Amino acid sequence: MGYVAMRGGEHAIAEALNALDLLRAGATDPGADPGEALTIAAIRHQLRLLTDRVMGEGGLYAPDLAALAIKQAHGDPLEAAFILRAHRSNLPRLGTSPVHHGGELRLIRRISAAFKEIPGGQRLGPGTDYLQRLFRLDLLNEDPQAVRAAVARILGDEIQTKIPAMEFPGVVAGLRQEGLLPPSRPAQAAIDITREPLALPVPRPARLAHLVRGETGGILAMAYSTMRGYGYLHPTVAELRVGYLPVRLPHPLTGELVEAGEMLITECEIVATHGGGPGKGGAAGKEGGQPRLLLGYGACVGHNEVKAIAMAMCDRAMLNGDERGPAQPAEDPEFVIALVDGIESMGFCSHYKLPHYVTFQADLENLRQAAHRAKGAL
Amino acid sequence: MMNTTPVLEVRNLTRIHGRGCDLCRTSTGDAAGTNTCPHCGSVVAIADVSFDLWPGEILGLMGESGSGKSSVVRLLHLDDRPTAGTARFQEAPGFSHDLAAIDEAVARRLRDTRFGMVHQNPHLGLNFGVSAGGNIAERLLCAGERSYAAIRALAGGLLVRTEIPRHRMDHQPGAFSGGMQQRLQIARAIAPSPGLLFLDEVTTGLDLSVQARILDLILELQRELGAAMIVVSHDLGVIRLLAQRTLVLRHGRVVEAGLTDQILEDPQHPYTQQLVGAAL
Amino acid sequence: MNQGFGFLDDLAVREIRRGLLKALAIPGYQVPYASREMPVARGFGTGGLQISLAIALPRDRLKVIDQGADDSVNAVALRRFIEASCPGLETTTRTVEATLIQTRHRIPEQPLSPGQVMVYQVPYPDPLQIVEPSESRRRRCHAHGDYARLWVRLYEDMVRFNEVAISNRYPARVAGRYVIDPSPIPRFDVLKLHQSPVAHLFGAGREKKLYAVPPYTDVEPLAFSDVPFAVEPFRDATGARRTCARCGAADTYLDELPQVGAASRWQCNDLDRCAERLGYPGDSDHDEHHAGP
Repeated sequence: MGYVAMRGGEHAIAEALNALDLLRAGATDPGADPGEALTIAAIRHQLRLLTDRVMGEGGLYAPDLAALAIKQAHGDPLEAAFILRAHRSNLPRLGTSPVHHGGELRLIRRISAAFKEIPGGQRLGPGTDYLQRLFRLDLLNEDPQAVRAAVARILGDEIQTKIPAMEFPGVVAGLRQEGLLPPSRPAQAAIDITREPLALPVPRPARLAHLVRGETGGILAMAYSTMRGYGYLHPTVAELRVGYLPVRLPHPLTGELVEAGEMLITECEIVATHGGGPGKGGAAGKEGGQPRLLLGYGACVGHNEVKAIAMAMCDRAMLNGDERGPAQPAEDPEFVIALVDGIESMGFCSHYKLPHYVTFQADLENLRQAAHRAKGAL
Repeated sequence: MMNTTPVLEVRNLTRIHGRGCDLCRTSTGDAAGTNTCPHCGSVVAIADVSFDLWPGEILGLMGESGSGKSSVVRLLHLDDRPTAGTARFQEAPGFSHDLAAIDEAVARRLRDTRFGMVHQNPHLGLNFGVSAGGNIAERLLCAGERSYAAIRALAGGLLVRTEIPRHRMDHQPGAFSGGMQQRLQIARAIAPSPGLLFLDEVTTGLDLSVQARILDLILELQRELGAAMIVVSHDLGVIRLLAQRTLVLRHGRVVEAGLTDQILEDPQHPYTQQLVGAAL
Repeated sequence: MNQGFGFLDDLAVREIRRGLLKALAIPGYQVPYASREMPVARGFGTGGLQISLAIALPRDRLKVIDQGADDSVNAVALRRFIEASCPGLETTTRTVEATLIQTRHRIPEQPLSPGQVMVYQVPYPDPLQIVEPSESRRRRCHAHGDYARLWVRLYEDMVRFNEVAISNRYPARVAGRYVIDPSPIPRFDVLKLHQSPVAHLFGAGREKKLYAVPPYTDVEPLAFSDVPFAVEPFRDATGARRTCARCGAADTYLDELPQVGAASRWQCNDLDRCAERLGYPGDSDHDEHHAGP
């Protein structure tokens, strides 16, 4: 008996929740202790990249809520981001911040692939790039004492809770001064894509907003296509920054800007050395007759380097599409933004689990009629 | 009976790609030897093109690639809009439109019912995802035909008329030879009996024998339909066979215009002389 | 939750209502809107849900159906959510009692009456999507009334199958102008939209569009003049119209229930209408043996 035609959908839904709770408690695993609860703090710190990802795709910077969503969703990042988004949907807009700049970041990591040394310095910071992906068996049964000892060993006495601010000129600023990059585009007003209908052609602020909430894997696939023959991007990471951005908001009474808090973000600027490829003029890098570097920009909530870099590539690919018409999927903003939203695509993919027997019956009636007619025709 | 008004009156048709400047027109063209404005970098695709096209006439546009001949066709077929100039199209006696300043909806109606276009590249003119008959049906449907039986009959007749076997009607154009694809484009173009046909390098790249059959077909259809035609070609032979009058374009300007025979027998402009000389 | 009546905030309600007014004023035109994220997944009816929440009043009586049934899991989940967020709103399973009917894939069998409102959950709002992937180009086609490629699709179906093979989401022209995707209702239901006495409101949450068929509006499925539009015949091998095994109706859309080692059993898809005929109005659960062995 199928779940669809079954009476008592009400009862089935309640039982589904019970079954989920049993599984989360590990009740089916004799070795598990159902009381061993994951704390929100543990999720936020020990699953920090997952928390960041969920905040980014959920479109809300709220680490504790993201951690709760992860717990509630049994660790499924899309489900967790979905919970966050549904919560965010009706939250009132209390204020609008002015445009913030990456130069204001309190950095924990900053690298450039374009130059050996950069003004302000490269800073490797926390990253797994140069670590061997071998199991660390010491994590298997972690002893809290040992963890505390390790922290003390690394930090010594100088426990710092606040990352100091520092001055650093952006890498692309230098290139721009030299005239190798086109001048900055005039700033366009931000678009709240959750409150305004989609305009076509899609303005760049709306594209970037969609990418910020896009699913990391989806954006990565889109960006990878431009490096993998479905496009001709040859990007150089001019600068990748991870740090805490002080967020300023107008004071509700005085209107003066006050620092309301800070959020961890990842920001990336890529320069494409040459657009190239088939298409009019070949060199997409020619603006006003002079060959130039082309910029792509990406930024996302939390620490998510792959997303920031891939987003910058998608941005560049779409800008290339603007200039000479989209020649590849990733250069078409309609294509990109319709496909990178993981919560929408997940929802639609899942909806095929819903009963479709009315339409299927219509298909069957159609097919049988055709078969009947074909038999008659013979 | 003869209509004494031209089908098309084109005056100073100009299309500049880019932001353009005051010096664009004077610093490009035949004398300057370039299409690109040295001052602002804009490309002057065509400038100051003027001509009349009479009912039932075949006008040739000749020139090398980049001369602007296809730009003229794109503008007149309403695939692009001019920067300046006018192009008056007479839809019916006493009823005309300036194609340079036309409403999108009227443009669509004209393209659907009054114009026909045959491209050099069949992928531009045909939908390879639908059958040969479907390609013709699209034009008939655009023109308002809603009877399936009538569409089948009309499409079948058009295929036969353009020398495509009727039994190929339900096959996709991808399975057709190059010559057959061009004939299918012609069938599609003439489906709504348009008054104006554009033929853009339709025989380029085809075998000579195939070319000859298509050119014959075009002449026959022109006599049957009485449609005016604009034939774009870089091939003197095609122009000589089809066109009564010809414009020679270079760097976006008309450098010579007149009766085709006259131009080919006694070319005045050095460029035309060179073209004719090379063909001999 | 801290939301007031109808879950949505005032701005969302206003945007959706304005969108609906525009949709009713331009029958069949797809009105873009921001489409809020709901606690229900995209694809599960967020478009219809937003409409219902934006227009429901405490005095409304709501019916929610999925595949013609009031008690299928998704209908239950949506009804529960609307009930919880609209205090005072009553729900019903009876078509005749309902003032607001949210549906997926069906239009009720019983004739609708003036004052009722139908709300549809729509996966694909644009009938041109099957022939044109780019939305900017589709918008241009709609603006020009250019449905040629849709017609070509019908032509190609005729060539290949000797019939139009679109079994649901059958494109229909509204008020002689815009062609709509009437949502995945079977052909059987498309004709019910024509000159219907009620407003039909369509919401596509994921695709962020609203559109409408106002009361007493012409709706004609696209069809060649010499190939009449036909609905699902429900005929057995002898050519006779199948009837509902429960209530005996011979004029309803039927569900086929395959049986082990026996011929399929056929019964009304619209369980409410079936119960009415059986004399148990509002109790579509009354007959238990339908579930089969």
